Amino acid sequence: MTPDLIYGAAGLAVFGIGLWGAIALQDRMRRLLGLKLCSVGAGFVLIVGAWREPPAAPDPVPHALVITGIVVMLSATAAALALIRRLHDLEAADDRA
Amino acid sequence: MTGPDWLTLSIMLPLFGAVAAFILPRAAAGLGLATVAATTLCVLMMADRVAAFGAVTVPLGGWGAPLGIELRADGLSVAMLALTGMVGLLVSVSAIDAFAGDRTARQRHYFWPLWLLLLSGLNGVYLGTDLFNLYVMIEIIALAAVGLTVLGGTREALRAGLDYVYASILGALLFLLGVGLIYLQLGRLDFAGVIAAPPSAAMTAALAVMFVGLALKTALFPLHVWLPAAHANAAAPASALLSGLVVKGALYIVLRLAGYMPALTEDILTLIGLMGAGAVIWGGIQALRADRLKLLVAWSTVAQIGLIFVALARAGERGLSDSWKAAALLILAHGIAKAAMFLAAGRIKDEVGHDRIRDLDRSPIRPTLAQVTFALAAINLIGLPPSLGFIGKWQLMEGAMMAGYWHWVAITMIGTLFSVAYFSRVLAGFLRFDRVRGGPLAEHHGWSGADAAPLILAGAAVLLGLAAGPIIAFIDLGAGGAMP
Repeated sequence: MTPDLIYGAAGLAVFGIGLWGAIALQDRMRRLLGLKLCSVGAGFVLIVGAWREPPAAPDPVPHALVITGIVVMLSATAAALALIRRLHDLEAADDRA
Repeated sequence: MTGPDWLTLSIMLPLFGAVAAFILPRAAAGLGLATVAATTLCVLMMADRVAAFGAVTVPLGGWGAPLGIELRADGLSVAMLALTGMVGLLVSVSAIDAFAGDRTARQRHYFWPLWLLLLSGLNGVYLGTDLFNLYVMIEIIALAAVGLTVLGGTREALRAGLDYVYASILGALLFLLGVGLIYLQLGRLDFAGVIAAPPSAAMTAALAVMFVGLALKTALFPLHVWLPAAHANAAAPASALLSGLVVKGALYIVLRLAGYMPALTEDILTLIGLMGAGAVIWGGIQALRADRLKLLVAWSTVAQIGLIFVALARAGERGLSDSWKAAALLILAHGIAKAAMFLAAGRIKDEVGHDRIRDLDRSPIRPTLAQVTFALAAINLIGLPPSLGFIGKWQLMEGAMMAGYWHWVAITMIGTLFSVAYFSRVLAGFLRFDRVRGGPLAEHHGWSGADAAPLILAGAAVLLGLAAGPIIAFIDLGAGGAMP
C-alpha cells in the first residue's frame, strides 16, 4: 500500500458516501452536505495526481485545480443555501397562515 | 493569428457585460442587448475565419497546452456559438418586452446579469479544449441557469430550482471526478493529450463517470427527473434559454468527447442509444399526459434530447464519424425551435391568462401570431420538411438504415408519432371554436410586437432546412484529427 493508493481509495470512498447522501436523503441540508462530501472526494482524487515518490517534488498543477474547484463549490454551496433559506421562509409563512 | 482575438472576446465580453448590467440595473436591458449583439458579431467574424482556415486556435496568455489553456474554434464550435448567438439575441429582444413594467422590476434586475453570465459560460464550453476548464464553465452555466430558473420567485419555481441545483452540482462533480481519474493516468487534461491516450479499462471508467455526470446535466433518461418542473416553472424567456441553450452545453461536450474517443465501444453506444430510446418513449407519454402547455413543452425537451442520443448511436461504432453530424443537426434544430416554442407558450399564457391545455379552446382570445409560432416550432420538432428538424431526422434514419440498424429507425418513427400526437393536443385547441365561453370570439385579439422575435426564430428553424447542405459542410470544418 503506497500513500497515493490509500489517499485515492479514501477519496473514492468519501465521494461514494457523499453520493449516497445526496441521492438517498430527504432533508435539504443533508443532501447539500452530501454534495459537499462528493466535492471533497473528487478533490482527494485530483490531489493524488500530484503525488510523487519522495524525494521528487510533487506536481503543482492538481493543487491549482483543487483550489479552483474549492472556489467553484463555495459559490455553488452559497447559491444552494440561499435557495434553501428562501424556501424555508416561504414554507414557514405558509404554516403560520 | 492576426487581427482581434474573436475567441477570447466572445467569452470576456458577456462576462464584463454581466458585471456592468449588475452594477447599473437601470441600463441593464440596453447593456445586455448591446453585449449579446456584440458577442454575436464576434461569432460571425470567427465564422469567417473558420470558413477560411478550417480551425482557429488561441493559446491564452501565450501559454500552449498541456500546461496552458487553449481555445479552439472549428465548424462545430462556431455552429454552436452561432446557435447561442441567434437564439440569445432574439430571446433578449423578447425579454425586454416580457420583463417590462413595474411588477417584474426585480426579475428584470437579475435577468440580464444572469443571462450574460450564462452566455459567457456557454461560449467558454464551445471554445474550450481543456477538461478542467470545461468543468469550470459547466459550473458557471449551472449557477446562472439556476438563477434564471428561480427568477419568478414562486414556491414551485424555487422547489424546482433547488432540485436543479442538486442535479447540476452532482453532475458537475461526477465530471470532476472523471477529470481527476484522467489526470491520474495521463498527467494532462487537454483534448490533444486525451485523444492520444491508448484505450484502457481505467480510461473507459473515467469517461463513463464523466458521461453519467453530463447525462445528468443534459437530462438524459433516466436522469431527467429534475428537468420538467424546472423548465415549466421558469419565466418564459428563462425557459427558452434553459431548454433551447443550457442543456446543449453538456450535450456538446458529450458530442465532442464521442467524436474523439476511441474507447467508445459498440456496447456503450448501444446503451446510450437505449437510454435515448427510453427518453423518446417516456418523454412522449408524459407529454401526452401533461395538463399544462409549458409542462408539455418541457417533456418534449426530454424526448428530443433522447432522440439526439439515438442519433449518436444510430450506426454503431463504425458510423460514429458521421453520426455526430446528425446529432449536431438535431441539436441546432431543437435549440432554435424549442426556444421559439417556449416564448410562444409564454405569450399564449400571457394573453389567454392560463396555460391549461384542456381549456385552450374555450378562450375567446386567440393570440394568433403566437399560435402560428407554436405551430411552426412544432413542425420543426415533429420533423416535417423542409425544416431543419426534418433534415436531422433524415440523416439519423439514413445512417441507421445504411448500417442495418432498423431498431433505431423504429424508435425515430415512434418518437415522431408521439410528437405528432402531443402537439396535436395543443394545435387542436387552437383551431377549435365551438366551445368558446365568456363573450364573443375575438380572434385578432392578442397580437403584439412581442410576437416578432419568437416568430422569426420559428420561421428560421423551418427555413434553415433549405440551407442544410452548407450547414453540414460547415460543421465538418476542422473536424477529425486536425487537433494541433
